[in-house]
Amino acid sequence: MLVTGIQYPVSSISLMSTPSVIIKNLSKSYGKVEAISDISLTVDKGEIFGCIGPDGAGKTTLFRILVTLLVPDNGSASVEGYDVVSDFKKIRKIVGYMPGRFSLYQDLSVEENLKFFASSFKTTIEENYYLIEDIYKQIEPFKKRLAGKLSGGMKQKLALSCALIHKPEILFLDEPTTGVDAVSRKEFWDMLKRLKEWGITIMVSTPYMDEAALCDRVALMQDGEIMSINTPAGIINAHKKPLASVRTNNMFKLVEDLLSMNDCHSAYRFGASVHFTPKSDQLKTEVLLQNLRKLGHNDIEVAPISPEIEDCFMELMTIA
Amino acid sequence: MEDYIIRVENLTKKFGSFTANDNLSFFVRKGEVFGFLGANGAGKTTAIRILCGLLKPTSGNIEVAGYDVSRQSNKVKKNIGYMSQKFSLYEDMTIKENFRFYGGIYGMSGKAIREKTEHYLHKLGLEKEKNTVISSLPLGWKQKLAFSVAIMHDPRIIFLDEPTGGVDPITRRQFWEMIYEAAASGITVFVTTHYMDEAEYCQRVSIMVDGRIEALNTPEKLKEQFRVDSMEDVFIKLARGQQ
Repeated sequence: MLVTGIQYPVSSISLMSTPSVIIKNLSKSYGKVEAISDISLTVDKGEIFGCIGPDGAGKTTLFRILVTLLVPDNGSASVEGYDVVSDFKKIRKIVGYMPGRFSLYQDLSVEENLKFFASSFKTTIEENYYLIEDIYKQIEPFKKRLAGKLSGGMKQKLALSCALIHKPEILFLDEPTTGVDAVSRKEFWDMLKRLKEWGITIMVSTPYMDEAALCDRVALMQDGEIMSINTPAGIINAHKKPLASVRTNNMFKLVEDLLSMNDCHSAYRFGASVHFTPKSDQLKTEVLLQNLRKLGHNDIEVAPISPEIEDCFMELMTIA
Repeated sequence: MEDYIIRVENLTKKFGSFTANDNLSFFVRKGEVFGFLGANGAGKTTAIRILCGLLKPTSGNIEVAGYDVSRQSNKVKKNIGYMSQKFSLYEDMTIKENFRFYGGIYGMSGKAIREKTEHYLHKLGLEKEKNTVISSLPLGWKQKLAFSVAIMHDPRIIFLDEPTGGVDPITRRQFWEMIYEAAASGITVFVTTHYMDEAEYCQRVSIMVDGRIEALNTPEKLKEQFRVDSMEDVFIKLARGQQ
């Protein structure tokens, strides 16, 4: 029952409608190699859904099936209610797709590429300019330049503009930030957040674990399987093991020394510190300090912390 | 002064009217793990190609492993190793064939190649896979093998250009253990990465912006200097500040 007087944000209303993507028991093999294996998930309308995992996790195969460039071996998938096999022509009209490898016409100019994509979908740049304005105006000063002569960041902006120019209902972005520097990655995610406000559903893949936090929900993928699907906060809450950040005067020896202890489940470098998980259910800080001192460490800092997505990912990899 | 293995003084490289490297000067110590960071298009790849003797600088004095990169580029190439995410092993050859091929290129004897192949296969626990074709291996194994092949001729310096791109988080950390091991054995490591947590694993880090080195220090000192908590923030402050 709707209570009057409560303002529902656009995104929470749309959560109640039919999902944009429904995937059931999807599998695809290339010869003996099983690229994705029995994958099921749904993507709600208007959400940013992230597929997070390293190379070989099956992200690209999954995206190619959803944009109807590949036919699955088993299972079913639909996009905006259309089946990826029987209704592929309808899907192609309503999706925007940015493949992992830059695939625009290198010998056409920036403007020509955009015009080409617009005319392929029987629209014009002017008609949907409001959607790409934010992104395109950053490369518009170079609109006469050949796409092949653009820098990495500008190519990425052009590719996104071309994927958007026909006003798709859903965007598939396959590793848009791979090999991109930290600053450009941040800018790219800012652009996605603004696109979400137009109500476009976004499915995006990335090998960078820290980008998971920027999605509404994520699937953590490894070797063709989904290890977990949840909100970023949900994934972190599901991680029940205690975790501590440890620093000493000898960081180079620290991982090895922690791993040598009886009460060690895992020890991984995380930037300037090491994330340590004990085997026991509780972190015994005093014992840990003593053991580290015995092994010759000084200036020891041990602080209990809550995990990052990367901690959770590695833990899930270990149990798998 | 003797313990510097890379000496770069006033390196400038121009392509037509475009200056890719603008008067770079820096020194890398023997056995150091040196992080070479920068935004896309800042000029890192150009600088690395010059240091490897693959591209001539427009001007400057550059010595790598004691040799002048302009005049003695063949000697430079013999004393370095190189690996990147994009260029590593031949996919349609087996593990053993890759070792033999690269060993041959480095001018190693058949005996030395056999010994090194065995040594690294044993270390990686891949003895049984020696006749496996590279294309059928998981990415993590490929990267560890590519690193082993790149140091099989005992180079004095190894250049690693985004070696861990797309690799899973556990393998990424195992890869860094291999980097430390190589450094401990005296090999100097010159590495680029887009993972800012990996910048913390380097002993010193330089950050390039628009063709110039804008900062060079230990991660600790850089964070102090820019009054931030992480290398990611140092990077963002520097790269954004220039726009």
